[in-house]
Amino acid sequence: MTAIEVLDGGLLTTVQDLGRFGSQQYGVPVSGAMDVWALRAANRLVGNDEGAAALEVTLAGPVLRFDGPGVVAVTGGDLGPCLDGRPMALWQAVGVSAGTELSFSGVRDGLRAYLGVGGGIDVPLVLGSRSTLLKARFGGFMGRALAAGDRVPTAPCAAWQDVAGRRLPREIVPEYGHAHAVRVILGPQDDAFTDEGVRTFLSESYTLSSQSDRVGCRLTGPRITHRRGADIVSDGTAFGAVQVSGDGLPIVLMADRGTTGGYTKIATVVGADLPRLAQAAPGDRVTFIRTGLDEAQALLRSARALLDRIRRDAPWREPAAGVFDEDTGAPLAAPAYAALAGALALPRGTATARTNTVRAAMPGLVVSVFVSAGDAVAAGQPLLVLEAMKMQNPVRAPRGGRVSRMIVAAGARVEGGAALVEIEDAEARRD
Amino acid sequence: MPHAPRLLPAGDSAIVVEYGDGIDLALNARVRLLHRALGARQHAGIVETVPTYRSLMVHYDPIVLSREAIEHLIAETAERLPEETREPGRTVEIPVTYGGAAGPDLADVAAFAGLKEGQVVELHASGDYTVFMLGFMPGFPYLGGLPQRIATPRLDTPRTLVPAGSVGIAGAQTGIYPSESPGGWRLIGRTPVTLFDPRRSPPALLEAGDRVRFVPVTPADCEAIARDAAAERFRPPVRQRSAGR
Repeated sequence: MTAIEVLDGGLLTTVQDLGRFGSQQYGVPVSGAMDVWALRAANRLVGNDEGAAALEVTLAGPVLRFDGPGVVAVTGGDLGPCLDGRPMALWQAVGVSAGTELSFSGVRDGLRAYLGVGGGIDVPLVLGSRSTLLKARFGGFMGRALAAGDRVPTAPCAAWQDVAGRRLPREIVPEYGHAHAVRVILGPQDDAFTDEGVRTFLSESYTLSSQSDRVGCRLTGPRITHRRGADIVSDGTAFGAVQVSGDGLPIVLMADRGTTGGYTKIATVVGADLPRLAQAAPGDRVTFIRTGLDEAQALLRSARALLDRIRRDAPWREPAAGVFDEDTGAPLAAPAYAALAGALALPRGTATARTNTVRAAMPGLVVSVFVSAGDAVAAGQPLLVLEAMKMQNPVRAPRGGRVSRMIVAAGARVEGGAALVEIEDAEARRD
Repeated sequence: MPHAPRLLPAGDSAIVVEYGDGIDLALNARVRLLHRALGARQHAGIVETVPTYRSLMVHYDPIVLSREAIEHLIAETAERLPEETREPGRTVEIPVTYGGAAGPDLADVAAFAGLKEGQVVELHASGDYTVFMLGFMPGFPYLGGLPQRIATPRLDTPRTLVPAGSVGIAGAQTGIYPSESPGGWRLIGRTPVTLFDPRRSPPALLEAGDRVRFVPVTPADCEAIARDAAAERFRPPVRQRSAGR
């Protein structure tokens, strides 16, 4: 493969890498992928450095044609990727041949997908990065979103056959849903808010506005009250800073944020939860949960470490045929495991409206546990892996909230219907 | 011994090192001293540092540097900063054509100050300005040192389109729009100089700590300079300043 031909640009498809660092002192926004974890995963899957440039696809995907054989992977939101019209597995390296077309049938989960290509997208470095900065019209592909007729160059990739078929272990594939509980660290200007204001921020639920973009996730909901106004002498901005201007509504500053800002910032979303926010769609619910700095950094390390499992794990054994045809490079049937995974984690018979008990749908062995009591979880987040029918099945949180009790530990054998985890509803904590 | 800065968390990958909460030359200079001192250490875990009016934003990689390590590094570097806040630097001369189509708000600024347009130009061009920081958009300098007499509030309703090179006033500050943008500053003139070009290194003409002087030129001169600038034949005059001036 030497290039990707664009037949239709889609809603907003841009070249992004990990971002442009070192030029913020000149007022140049960092930009880069909104969902950095999905970008890193896409690159790992196709054998690139994690920081290689990929395509960020937003909501309504493009139609692309590869001009030669190579390996690609689509990660992040499930926007319904198809290769030559047939559903394509996400979070997996897939071989493509000359003329293979990638299209997207429509959003099923999340908001942004990442197309990693073996070798990486080969646009010129601008100030050390290949990311597109739309507002300033530089970086990426001619400083703009892709449009029909573009030919986006890709760098050579010698050993693409070696990585095709590589995948992210199924139990750590994120599901995004429409309720996002994200953890925050208070500050740097939390002292500019009334106690009531901080309480409102941490207990109420906000709705993602359709005005959100790569600069910020704008939220509507209860107003957060300041002590003495929202203006400060401008200071720097971090990825995930929750800015509250005079109208009392929070905006989470994202990849294309300005380098400095003159409004109070009540808190900052932790790095491990930013990908979840990057996948939030207009209308989705967002709640903020306070956490500590040390905990946040540990979370970030764990999130990064999960990416190592792409290399370590042997390819997942599907009950059906493999999803990658080694002779033709064409994809085979997409795994239909989402329904299976859903059937294995049935929230039912909850004692009160406040607590959800997650139960085992069948007898099995708890092989690993990802959360512990007190952890905030988002809807769809994997809680543990239950081995049953010779398959490892992720058990996911049915909705967002906080783990109030871990009933089982790794190594436990459980009967069908056994209680596994209790999750306190995010709603309940507002009373 | 200057007081130690406050370290405020800005999430898990950045720290605000805050020296105060006002707009002040000496305070601003301390921020830049720390910016340079941390930059000079070239520590692997420090991603970059961003100087602003009153604080330094330190972006770091928590996978490489623990919280304790970065806090220690900052505190230790801040402690060793010289007391002297004067710094070596440059003075950059920026040609400006004032008024007319280039400065549609000059009359309003004059009316607000109770001055004639020519007096506003004279005052603006007499100022000795310091770049407090770059922000808002790539290459946009926030300049302190505007003569108080011509300080003017922002427009009530920002313009949807401010042309590149526009020189504006907002309160006690003046600044230059490097590229076309929406904006609410009162526009009094325009410079043909290129303030930002991502192909250059560094990409911005000005950096925090630079001094700036505005030099009035005629619209005809302005056009000639614009042509030369486009052909890379014009760079604004720069004078080096020694420390302790």
